[in-house]
Amino acid sequence: MIKEKNKEQNNKRKKRHGSIPGFGLSMGITLTMLSMLVLIPLASILLYGLSLSPSEFFAIVCSDSVRYALRTSILCSFIAATINCVFGMIIAWTLVRYNFFHRRLIDGLIELPFALPTAVAGITLSKMYSNTGIPGKWLSAIGIDVSYTHLGIVVALIFVGIPFVVRTVQPVLQKFDYQYEEAAHILGAGRIITFIKVMLPELMPALLTGFGLAFARGMGEYGSVIYISGNSAKDHTQVVSYVIMQKLNYMDYAGATAVALVMLITSFVILMVINLIQIKQSKRTNNV
Amino acid sequence: MSMKKFNLCVVVMAIILSMLTGCGATSGGDSKNVKGNSKTVTITNVSYDPTRELYAAYNEIFSDYYKNEAGIDVTVVQSHGGSGGQARSVVEGAEADVVTLALAHDITLIEKAGLIEPDWIEEFEGDSSPYTSTIVFLVRSGNPKGINDWDDLIRDGIDVISPDPKSSGAACWNFLAAWYYASQKYGNDEEQIKSFMSKLYGNVKVMDSGARGSTTTFVENGQGDVLVSWENEAISTLSEYPDDYEIVSPSISILAQPSVAIVDENADRNGTQNIAHDYLSYLYSENAQRLIGEYGYRPSDKAILGEYADKFDLDMSLCTINDFGGWNAAYEEFFKDGGVFDEIYSR
Repeated sequence: MIKEKNKEQNNKRKKRHGSIPGFGLSMGITLTMLSMLVLIPLASILLYGLSLSPSEFFAIVCSDSVRYALRTSILCSFIAATINCVFGMIIAWTLVRYNFFHRRLIDGLIELPFALPTAVAGITLSKMYSNTGIPGKWLSAIGIDVSYTHLGIVVALIFVGIPFVVRTVQPVLQKFDYQYEEAAHILGAGRIITFIKVMLPELMPALLTGFGLAFARGMGEYGSVIYISGNSAKDHTQVVSYVIMQKLNYMDYAGATAVALVMLITSFVILMVINLIQIKQSKRTNNV
Repeated sequence: MSMKKFNLCVVVMAIILSMLTGCGATSGGDSKNVKGNSKTVTITNVSYDPTRELYAAYNEIFSDYYKNEAGIDVTVVQSHGGSGGQARSVVEGAEADVVTLALAHDITLIEKAGLIEPDWIEEFEGDSSPYTSTIVFLVRSGNPKGINDWDDLIRDGIDVISPDPKSSGAACWNFLAAWYYASQKYGNDEEQIKSFMSKLYGNVKVMDSGARGSTTTFVENGQGDVLVSWENEAISTLSEYPDDYEIVSPSISILAQPSVAIVDENADRNGTQNIAHDYLSYLYSENAQRLIGEYGYRPSDKAILGEYADKFDLDMSLCTINDFGGWNAAYEEFFKDGGVFDEIYSR
């Protein structure tokens, strides 16, 4: 009896400790890092933004330039993230399922957009896709202008966002059991049905994560976008980060933080919605 | 989390924090620039974008001069970027012994932060502007669209490249020069001036965030028919591509006075006040003034400016920022949110 009780206590203790030792230490480091690098800077934005009176705050964030910039940023990031999901998945699929010459090399290329300074990417893309560059010339001949339009912003955001989707989908595909597909095939499902009903639900959580990351990155992107967007207030090709930089250039810190705050809240809400969908989705797939 | 673990967690946080702040304190102490007997002094010059080449050359002649004159080796560290952003970085603590920025206004911002003494503009000749520049047009070779003056920019079908006044200092000069032209033409009829400006900015095809960006758009990406640009930037583009472009001087433009100042707070702390002063005052020497002319800036010395009469169109009529009541007044009226620029641009 006593032995059993001891055993129970031991179990309890083990359970409370979890498998990683030094909970206090690691939690301390976690909280410090988070506060130094994330929470305190974010709190200072909040504090600075809230130092404005509500009427001043709303005058700034409801001004035309800010509203249009928010719309442009959200819309372009959303479109770019969606395109990234489609093509990122295809790229991940190709890299995981097929064995071809220099696969590792191509696999390594995926992360290059992370390594390249975004301003370099922006200048290069704006030149390529302007009506003097090589694909840009052809596109403009059929009436599609890319550089200095919303399309240009989307192109830049696809560039910076693609690694997120590929790298989140890849590991899931690697672990994906062939037997599911075989079973579906044996049960008479065609390729498309197998993809939609069997594979996609499994991939969905990873895709949504990739989408969220690419989207968030797109909302905050500055370097690569400003060179290709043309920054025209008239054509509404200014993005939010550009409007923030405009204000900083005149040392309007309060205005800049107000816009930053709105951007943070918007991104946060959108990311939360994506997370909720993801939770719902993974519950459904786990229940099946 | 149990109490004990919570305590440990707090202790770890405290240790890391104290380490971080400790590092901050020690790194502040060793920023001394004068090294004992070796007589090597390092000063930092925070400047704006287009002066990169000018100061690279100037630093060489200055350190030769200073070695002969005072026996001190001077190394000048350069920093370049958009003028407003550079001013901001100095306010936020960038090590600058001297600033050589595009506008007096940007230096005033540093002065307001208490780093520069209020009478800085009197410290050197000519409102502390050893060189000036102005705004001109750069057009494609042969001037295919026949652009000769500001009126030509508002014609239909002319694509203008000019940076965004809301984020670039140079762009403000462009705006004010055009405004001054319109005010002369329409006899100060505010409504007509605004509709002129509105047409002009309606023709702006790509609005980059800075002067360099606009030059890239016009030259590298081949956009637009005319680039409204700093004269020095236009001259340097022309010397790089002599066959591809032409400079057109409008009848009226604005005298841009890039200003220089010692960042007293930093220079006093670094013990570089004297050297900083000599560094800036040598800009007015004959040698430096010639170098300035070579690099496409107008020397403040009238006699030397005359030597470069073939390089600069000295017949342009130039207004100054004082015609607009100074930078602060111009900013309040034109470039602030909801100011004149927003009004004419959204028409």
